[in-house]
Amino acid sequence: MAKIRIPTPLRAYTDGASDIEVAGGTVGEALNNLVEQHPDLRAHLFNDDELRSFVNIFIDDEDIRFLGGLDTEINNDDSLRIIPSIAGGRFK
Amino acid sequence: MKVILARSLQRQIFEQMETSYPNEAGGFLLGRAGAEAIVIEDIMAVDNVFAEEEQYHRYAMRPQDWMRFEDEADARGLALVGYYHSHPDSAAIPSEYDREHALPNFVYIITAVMMARARDMRAWRLRADRSAFDRDNLEIDA
Repeated sequence: MAKIRIPTPLRAYTDGASDIEVAGGTVGEALNNLVEQHPDLRAHLFNDDELRSFVNIFIDDEDIRFLGGLDTEINNDDSLRIIPSIAGGRFK
Repeated sequence: MKVILARSLQRQIFEQMETSYPNEAGGFLLGRAGAEAIVIEDIMAVDNVFAEEEQYHRYAMRPQDWMRFEDEADARGLALVGYYHSHPDSAAIPSEYDREHALPNFVYIITAVMMARARDMRAWRLRADRSAFDRDNLEIDA
């Protein structure tokens, strides 16, 4: 099964685990499987059914936005990683 | 929750913020999270990669910066416990933009920089339901 690395702040929702094994043939299926296993992750990864804009998914060093997005096919030995884009700013 | 930051690290943050003024600046907080307190052990300044003309009110890092410093924290037996950034000529209070881009279980330290001088530093944490930030008790340790 493929693995997904969880960012530190969200490990509170995976019982502290940093890497979760997931089922699925695409990135989208793997993420759906992840939130089925750990439902409290969903609100922080998705806005309705869309990935939140600051949530990036990498396969090794490649951003899936430059591959096939959530339809990107994955193999059993792939390592995925959830990477938040840190951003902030004052009131305008 | 109490957040403990050494005065020497606070001074480093202030210097970075004042040097970057009038633009926003920021970085990561590495430390140890306990049941009652989070102790910041180190800070890692990270370049602002937001479009240059927008940096006076926006700050962003590259995703690769997160990977690098999360791995470094793990290797040092620490954790990525939060991030800090400045609000030039604005209050040390999270904006709606901050909330939209935030995660829970992460310390957000904001510094108000007024007329190129760091004036006010506050720590915040996003609620689990993402509705708002709550202020943490920031303790500056000599």
